[in-house]
Amino acid sequence: MARTEALPLVRRTRARATKRERREALTFYLLVSPFIVGFLVFTFVPMAGSILLSFTSWDFIHKPIWVGLQNYQNLMSDQDFIQGIKVTLSYAVMALPTGLIVSLVLALLMNRDIPGVNVFRAIYYMPSLLAGFSVAALWIFVFDNQHGILNNLLATIGLPRVGWLTDPNWALKSFVLMGLWGIGNTILIYLAGLKGIPQQLYEAASIDGAGWWARLRHVTLPMLSPTIFFNLITGLIGVFQYFDQSYVMTNGGPPIIQGDQIVGSTRFYMLKLYNDAFRSREFGYAASEAVLLFIFILLITLFVIRSSALWVYYEGNVVKGK
Amino acid sequence: MANTQTLDRAEVVALAPPRERRRVGRLNLGDVAVFLVLCLGSVAVLLPFFWQVSTSLKSDSQVNLIPPMWIPHPMHPDNYITAFSELPFNYFFRNTILIEMGVLAGTLISSTMVAYAFARLNAPFKNTLFIIVLSTMMLPGVITLVPSYFIFVKLHWVDTLLPLIVPAWFGGGAFNIFLLRQFFQNIPAELGDAAAIDGAGTLRTIFFIYVPLAKPAIAAVAIMTFIGVWHDFMGPLIYLNSEHNFTLALGINEFIQENQTGAMTHWPLVMAASTAIILPPLLVFLFFQRYFVEGVLLGGTKG
Repeated sequence: MARTEALPLVRRTRARATKRERREALTFYLLVSPFIVGFLVFTFVPMAGSILLSFTSWDFIHKPIWVGLQNYQNLMSDQDFIQGIKVTLSYAVMALPTGLIVSLVLALLMNRDIPGVNVFRAIYYMPSLLAGFSVAALWIFVFDNQHGILNNLLATIGLPRVGWLTDPNWALKSFVLMGLWGIGNTILIYLAGLKGIPQQLYEAASIDGAGWWARLRHVTLPMLSPTIFFNLITGLIGVFQYFDQSYVMTNGGPPIIQGDQIVGSTRFYMLKLYNDAFRSREFGYAASEAVLLFIFILLITLFVIRSSALWVYYEGNVVKGK
Repeated sequence: MANTQTLDRAEVVALAPPRERRRVGRLNLGDVAVFLVLCLGSVAVLLPFFWQVSTSLKSDSQVNLIPPMWIPHPMHPDNYITAFSELPFNYFFRNTILIEMGVLAGTLISSTMVAYAFARLNAPFKNTLFIIVLSTMMLPGVITLVPSYFIFVKLHWVDTLLPLIVPAWFGGGAFNIFLLRQFFQNIPAELGDAAAIDGAGTLRTIFFIYVPLAKPAIAAVAIMTFIGVWHDFMGPLIYLNSEHNFTLALGINEFIQENQTGAMTHWPLVMAASTAIILPPLLVFLFFQRYFVEGVLLGGTKG
């Protein structure tokens, strides 16, 4: 801000001012140049490359062959591709809402002043220190049929064992359960959002005779909606690129019979894409899958952002000091 | 600076509950119920960790016991030695540490420079550029996967650590740029101006005035980068082929797969190996908890 006030003074000697501005712009671009180069080389060109490659057939050894829309047409009848969409969508539909709701409930519980609340916060955050692969390396034994902790607990209370990762009806749900274990980050962001709600609003609501449900419904949730929105967007982008766990723990299995085809009950979209690219070396085909996933994520993100006008409440007057 | 202060206050508020709500001599039933629910949840959260460490100290026959043996007796800490000698874990550790150092240095240096430029300097198209920075934050990585691989093949970098390190030197990640820029904007511009009058160049101003003042934010970036690289799986999976180039995650995955395909899984060994990958981030968390919270909150609430 001090800068904008100082500018008119400098402007008086116009030639010198422009020189100074030019120097500043030059410094700016020198400092930012790593990002610009990186963006061009590692983001923009590969992005354009993906789109172009998706119209080719390419095994990496020979020159890419232009095939037009052939890849996209083939995808429409590729059982594994359709299964990838089904699995990924069902996972998203199960995992996203449960994750958002459970973490919100836990954040609300931990937003009270009860003894040891900081210890609880640290404990619930701990699993967030792991990610994809490490979670899988730990849970693969939690889910083990014979010696896993879950089946041992079930046996102790006299319930039948469950084939967590081997029963096609359970495998995907097991992934959802495992995902719930790692919601510490989301909880932490909710807690920060809850801290930002002015206490007077609750006091005013109480004076008006609002019970805890009314306070939650009419104060907490609207005031927290930007935080919910943030968590939803970050969750969306991640959930459709789910890979590590399915690669390490099930590699797409256990198989199920669908019509006359055998498909994997946890064959996530990214797993299919990875196999097409780096196992079968059909890079053009994989690129077309990447493009479709990209467009899908883009559309759904834009849809959520658009819809946010209806359900996200921004305090109209909050203009952050910039 | 303003950021640290507000966050500190939030933490203080969290630590010290308001006096008037504490009821002396009368138990609040709601609070008791919440406490019990949170205790139960904590057990559920901690159980997998406990089970992993407990199994890593068992013998194969102790694993088979029904009902399960919660605390192994006698313990078998030698599982760790066996697990580490079955695969070249010294290479895995070395490679992971090399990648960590390369990525940390690249991320910190380049994101600081870019963030400073966005926070303090004016130039044409600055806003457009910043929108590009923000949009890469939302970009799903899948769209660049195949062509990036091709680029690194052409550079003859496949099966070296370079594809995992070098990109970090080009901007250091949109999220980190965004986070540091927010922090730099709250540092009084006069400090930098004063340094400039004293003859300090831009780089000097960044690294001797701004960086020391932004320590909490930089620590947060460093810790989150460390954790991200530590658990990265798909990157190493795609770019590293020979075993002596593997990272810890990749090596442990190989160990898991080998053990699973065999007639019998040696779970204690597998769990000993996977404890090795989980422990360092937990230790970092215990020592630098404060910065973690700050980092997540800075990113999450200023968005």
